Order: sequence, then structure tokens, then C-alpha cells
Amino acid sequence: MKLERRLLIEQGGPGHRGPRLPACDVPALPLAELLPGARLRGTLAFPQVSEPEVVRHFIELSAMNHHIDRGFYPLGSCTMKHNPKINDELAALPGFALDHPLAGEQASQGSLRVIRELERALLAITGFAAITTQPAAGAQGEMTALLMIRAHHRGRGEGERRTRVIVPDSAHGTNPASVNLVGYEAVTIPSAEQATVDLEALGHALGPDTAAVMLTVPNTLGLFEPRILEVTKLAHEAGAQVYMDGANMNALVGLVRPADLGFDCMHLNLHKTFSTPHGGGGPGAGPVAVAAHLEPFLPAPVLREVDGTLHLDCDRPQSIGRVHGYHGNFGILVRALAYILGLGPAGLTAVSRTAILNANYLMRRLKDSYELPHDAACMHEFVLSGRGLRRYGVRTLDVAKRLLDFGVHAPTVYFPLIVEEALMIEPTETETLDRLEHFAAAMERIAVEAAENPQLLRDAPHSTPSSRLDEGRAARELKLRWGRPAAGRETPAPEPARR
Amino acid sequence: MSFVGLSPEEERTMLARIGVERFEDLLEAVPAELRQRQPLPVAGPLSEIEQRRQFGAWSRMNHADRAVSFMGGGIYDHYIPAAVNALAMRSEFATAYTPYQPEVAQGTLTAIFEFQSMIAELAGMEVANASLYDGATATVEAALLARHHTGRARVLASASLHPHTLEVLRTYLGAERVAVIAAPEGVSDAAALERALAPDVACVIYAQPSFFGLVERPDALHRAAHAAGALAIAACDPIALVVLEPPGAQNADGSAGADIVVGEGQSLGNAPTLGGPALGFFACRQALVRRMPGRLAAETVDRHGRRGFVLTLQTREQHIRREKATSNICTNQGLLALRATIHMGLLGREGMREVAELCIQKTHHAARLAAAIPGYALAYPGPFVREFALDCPVEAARVIAAARADGILPGVDLGQFRPEWKRRLLVAVTEQRSAAEIERWAAVLKRAGGKA
Repeated sequence: MKLERRLLIEQGGPGHRGPRLPACDVPALPLAELLPGARLRGTLAFPQVSEPEVVRHFIELSAMNHHIDRGFYPLGSCTMKHNPKINDELAALPGFALDHPLAGEQASQGSLRVIRELERALLAITGFAAITTQPAAGAQGEMTALLMIRAHHRGRGEGERRTRVIVPDSAHGTNPASVNLVGYEAVTIPSAEQATVDLEALGHALGPDTAAVMLTVPNTLGLFEPRILEVTKLAHEAGAQVYMDGANMNALVGLVRPADLGFDCMHLNLHKTFSTPHGGGGPGAGPVAVAAHLEPFLPAPVLREVDGTLHLDCDRPQSIGRVHGYHGNFGILVRALAYILGLGPAGLTAVSRTAILNANYLMRRLKDSYELPHDAACMHEFVLSGRGLRRYGVRTLDVAKRLLDFGVHAPTVYFPLIVEEALMIEPTETETLDRLEHFAAAMERIAVEAAENPQLLRDAPHSTPSSRLDEGRAARELKLRWGRPAAGRETPAPEPARR
Repeated sequence: MSFVGLSPEEERTMLARIGVERFEDLLEAVPAELRQRQPLPVAGPLSEIEQRRQFGAWSRMNHADRAVSFMGGGIYDHYIPAAVNALAMRSEFATAYTPYQPEVAQGTLTAIFEFQSMIAELAGMEVANASLYDGATATVEAALLARHHTGRARVLASASLHPHTLEVLRTYLGAERVAVIAAPEGVSDAAALERALAPDVACVIYAQPSFFGLVERPDALHRAAHAAGALAIAACDPIALVVLEPPGAQNADGSAGADIVVGEGQSLGNAPTLGGPALGFFACRQALVRRMPGRLAAETVDRHGRRGFVLTLQTREQHIRREKATSNICTNQGLLALRATIHMGLLGREGMREVAELCIQKTHHAARLAAAIPGYALAYPGPFVREFALDCPVEAARVIAAARADGILPGVDLGQFRPEWKRRLLVAVTEQRSAAEIERWAAVLKRAGGKA
């Protein structure tokens, strides 16, 4: 008989505790005396559990996760590649791990040198003139770039009239959300037949009120924009800036430099392209690279080198300001630089080539079992549609859940929005031919099961730690923490005064 | 090339099966003139041995690992129990993605639920989310929520907040929408904040404790904000919340406390690492949950009626709502939130309390020693938790330079924030500092001050 899975708060109790702390070796006074006038709290209702049981608890939890070190993880647009172990060790070196963000330039020359070397490498890879590594994630990079674009327009006296940002309907959701966050208006344009930019629709949407155009390259269907130079030229002729969402950069490293495509700025996701672990949802890092005309607006401080010493330059009158409390996600920057230096020029290019080859191979393998809406060579990912299975009463969600029974993670589903019942598949360079074949065989078998035994799919998964979870119930009951808040604590939020 | 999954032979096989001759045939959509012909101008490849040598040399250029730290200002040198590292670095946690398929992500989701529970408890709030980038951006997200909730444009922020938090607020909201109210005593000036409240103010933001380590008495702030129809937001240090009445609790007179509690959670099991990755936390009243930014885990059941956890209220989020989302946030700080969960779970009720009390006792001991040295004085009179501002007889930079030879980082030079503070050190003392280390620190102050 197995012990039922329990939360930490349901374990242990009074008399149980974790590691001990040293006795107080300085003269101690009562808290009430040290903190006169302060209201002190009563009990902190935290768990009381011994170290061995805490360890077992988290080991038990860990065993319920799928992860890239266990198996295939073809989440489209997420670039689930191998995370080299040496990178974690380097980031944990005491000199980096203990470095304090306010200790001053002199005390942190080693960390600043790492940032400098990473800046250089990322500029070489993207072809841009300047870069900030402060943004903590891709979405924050988007916002940072949009603020710089606004500062650029304001500097030219066009800040007031340029208020709209054009985003294709195939874009990641963060694009329009970031547009809204900075106070711009998102204008969505439909994609053309082959899911590329519709030049005519773009031409209509562009105007004297356009601040920027945001494009993902390759796009979210894994396709390269063949007329990208026309797109960026058209936008520039209207006075707009062109932003590249770099989420899919794993297709381009060493093959194409975004600056050469006519973009003014872009963000990179170090946790995708540059192999830093995803950590169950973060931390990431979203550096923003820009062309020379946007350099004055970079978030302060900016790294500057004088006679071999690195300085944090805060004297940046045109800067948009800080976007992070300190210097961005430095621990992630160390790992990304280690990845780049570990691979070197040929290795980096081999990564993109292999990612593209793996995606094309899988796409060919699966195009007869599932619908392939855009039958052209893809870059690092491709999108299938599961709409053909609807006649059996099977949805893409069911295919995704059934895949979990084969020990692989499901692809990204229902995205991009422009493909019905979408399955977005990104194998990355990590996967071997064996793994690709195993995945293809599982997908083929599921397509057969859909016809022969659709209920098997609707009830899937069957072999995972939990069976299908009731998301509707979670949203209705909204139980977001253990225990119950004490009675009387649930005070309503104040309503704004009526005017 | 061992990093990629294919051998040259396999590559040829695959190209043949795809039906192309060369790899370049797959790039037909990329105009030839846009393709890179030259190798990337980056260094490498380096073997692991060479990487270790190179990064080791860079890491040793930092002073941090050879120094005894009295540094604070939001990032602290707390002890991290060995089990935190051992558990959090496991592949099962570190190399998983966002839990989009909950049936194979119960480990991550359960840990997020436990994180939310403990943060909500610390904050005295009904709900907390799965974490945000850092304390500064969590404060911004709270201000944005308040603006949406009230339909008002401006925010009032106490100058006793971290100066960088004020900067990030200005970046996101626009300087004209952030009114910073002076804090001459090092804590919020409640009367001045009350006078500045106007019908277009969405929220009042204060720090608990203040940037200078001082304890706020926020009841008056909460009441004033609520009377004006604004939300009250507290940016908190989690270690202080272990001993202080949390802002989310009711005021002493039974009226409502803060509406949103945010903060920087690095102190909970995460290394300083130059201030990033850090750990923003965000807790609020249940009534505001649908406007909350970021991810939320909720309890539910599976088909067999067994308890499980899923991400919920995703209709708030960018991947569903696009431009109408409550925030553009996509990631959380998953691995750091996990470390905090293990840390809080391991130290538990007693351990957390002991850490906080040791910090307070040692900080006050250090302050008493410093105040007894001629020329040194506490900058502010109010009660403080594990940090205090110290006025020095010489520039803080000189004290720091003098301390280097002794292997001590004696505090944060506040002159980096304002020129008029250039003789001021911000000193934090954690449970890691021994009485002997504090004595050495005081001796350095004495020596450096004597050269005035």
C-alpha cells in the first residue's frame, strides 16, 4: 500500500523541524525592546517537518515531472534542448553566486567581464550595434524595445502621432500584450496564404500613425519570410520601426543575421536558443539588441570599457531607464556565454542546421498521418493540424494527452491561432534519429487509434502520475493555497470612490 | 560535434529520405544574399576543462567569495541549507518547462501551490501567484493592477522604497505618473502622502521595512489610501514579515490593511548572483485575483478523483487574451520559487523565526558597536530590522577601500544613489555573521574613521 501524496503542511507537526541554526552569540534583547512601537505577528503557520521528510517530499514531487533530461520535449516555440551541465556548475562558482549587485564596479569586474563577452557574442550573432542584457525574459525584452522605439519617435517629434503597432495574427500572445502595456494600440493583420506576411494587408495597415511592426522570424509556423527585405523596407518607408521577436532564433544562429534583414531591434530568449534550463517556467533572460540609432535609449546603466576596466555608465540622458532591480538575470547570462564558448563558431552553426534538419525530417515523416497546412520546407519547427481526426470525435488535445503515455511530452497545441487544431512541433538539434523515429511511430499509432478506438484517446493519459485533470473545477473553486484563510480575514478590496 | 544528436552519416540518410541533396536545399525560402558565408566571429570551441579555467578566472576577479558580507539593499547573504541545492538542481525540476501538460508536471505544480500558500501566509494575504521577475517589477505589476482596478492614472510612491524600484516604476509608468513623496525620517511620511492623495491616484506604495531597514507603521497609510478610493501596496522583505504583523492583516483598529503585498524573495534560499535571477513575489486579496499578473496554480482532481494541481485563470494571460491580458508576463521565476519553497519548508515554523531573530539581534549588536565609535552615528532614529543606515566620518567609499584588505564588504555605499549620501553606508547583518566577524567589521570602521 502506498502512502497517499501529501502536501508539506499535512506532514510532521509540533516537535518536528529541519536544520538547526547556531545559538545567538551576541547579547540578545527582547524583540519588543528592539522594535518599539512595531506590531509583531503571532504564529507563522508554516510546516513543521524534519529534513529527511522534506527531502522525500520533493523527491516524490520530482518523480512526477517530465523534463528534457528524461525524454523528448517537442514544444513548439519553446526550444527544449539539452542544457549542458557544465553551465550550471560555472554559474554556481562562488565568485559569481556570491557577487552582490551593489558592491560597485571594482568588486564585480569578473561578472561585468562575463556580461561584456556575452554582449560581444550576441552582437556577432545578430549583427546589431548595441545590446542590453537587463530584461529578465522575452516579454520584458519586447516591452523594453517598444519603449526604446517610442523614445526614438519622440526624439523626432513624432511621439504623439505614432501610437499603433502592427502585429500579424500568427504572433506570440506576448507581442500584443506588450504593445498594450506600453500604451500603444495593437493592430492585427491577417497572414497571407502561406502564413507569411501579407504585403498588401501590411501596406494598408501602415500609416503615419504606425510606431512599429513586430515580426517573428522564422514565423510561428516555422517558415522563413521569403520577402522579408520588402517587408522591412515597406515599414521603414512609412516611418515605422521594425521589431523582431527572436523566440525562434534557434533556426538562424550562424546562418542569418537579423540585422541584415532590415530589423531595427530584436530580443533573444537565452532560455530557448542559448540552452539555459527552463526551471519549470523560469528564470529566463531576454536581451535586446538594437541598431545604432536606438543605442542612446538603452536601459541604464550601460556597460562601458575604459583602459581594460568595465564601468556601469548611468549618465545616459536619453535612456528609457531601468527595467530590472539590478543587472538582469546574471546567472542566466553566465550559462548562455558558456554555451556559446563551448560550441564555438562551427558548433553554433551546426546546432541551427541540425535543428532545421530534424524538423524537416519529422515533418516529412508525419505529413501522411496528419494534415500539413503549409507544405514547404520548414526551419526549426512546423505545424500540423489534427482537424482530420474530428470525424472520430477526437481533438488535438486528446492527441496531446495520449502522447504522454508514450513517455514524450506533447507539442504546443492550439497555437498558432491561424491553424485549426494546431500541433506545433519543435524537435531541436538535441534529438537523435532514434528519438525522432520513436516520436513519429507514436504519432502514427495515435492516428490509427483515433480511428479504431477514439475513447482510448479521450480518456488519455493512462500511465501518468495523474490522469486527466479537471481544469474547469480548478477555475470554479479557485483553491489557490492550502488551509483556509481565518474567518473574518476575507475583507473585500476597496472600491474606487464614485465620482 | 558531440552536442547535436546526429552523426554525419545519419544526416545524409535523413536528407535522402526528405528528398533533397544538400542541407542548403532546405533553406530555399532564405534569399541567398541574406545567408551568412563567414564563420561567426566568436571564440571557442572550449572543452569543459578550458571553460572551467576561463570562467574560474573571471569569477576570481570578483571580490565576493573572499569577503565577509555586510551587504544588503534588497539582496542578502543568508545561509542556504545544503538540501536546497541538492533538491533544486535535480533535472526533474531544472530542465522541465512551464507546466502546460499538468498530468506530467505535478511536481512543478504542487511546488508552486506550496509556494503560493507560504507566500500568502507570510504576507497575511488570501492569495499569491507563482512569482514574478524580481521585487522591482513585482511592485510595478502591483501598480498596474491598481490602475486597472481603479481606472486612475497616477501612483504615489514613498521615497523610502528602494531607489531602483522607483526607477523601474518610472520606466514602466512614465515619470509623470509616479509621484515620489519625500521620506525625511527614512520611513514613509504618512501626513505628506495623505495630503498628496487626489482623485486620480490609483495606489499608495510603501516599503516594509523601508530601504534603510526601518519598520513602517502603515495603519495610517492604509486608512488614508482606502478613504481616497486608492489601493494600498506594500513592498516587503520576507524575513521581516516573519516577525512583523503582515501588511495584509487588519489594522490595529480592525480596518482593512494593504490590498497587495509584493517583494524581493532572494533571501529565501537563493544566492545573490549579482542580483539576478531574483524572485519577485506577489500576494493580494481574493477579490483582486482576476486582475492578478502571472501564473497561478490551483487545486483540482483528476478523473479518478485524486487531488492534483493545474494552472488556472489562464484567461487573464497573454497567450489567451493577447492585448487584453492583465500583463505581458509569460515566464515566472520557477526555479527560484522552487528553491524558496524548499527553503521555507525545510526551515519551517521554528527555523524561519530563528533566522529572523538572529538577524535582528546581530544587526542591533552591530549598530550598537558602530554608534559607539567616534564619528559614526545611525542616520535615522527609528526601529530597524536587519539593516541600518550608518553615517560615517569619511566617505563610504573610503571605508569600503579600507575594508578590502581585511576581506570585508562593510555595506552598500549609498552615495551611488544620491551624492548627498556619499558618507552613508547601508549595513545588513544576517544570521551567517558571527560575533567575531562583527567585531572585525567594527574594527575596520574604527580604523577607516580615524583617518578623517
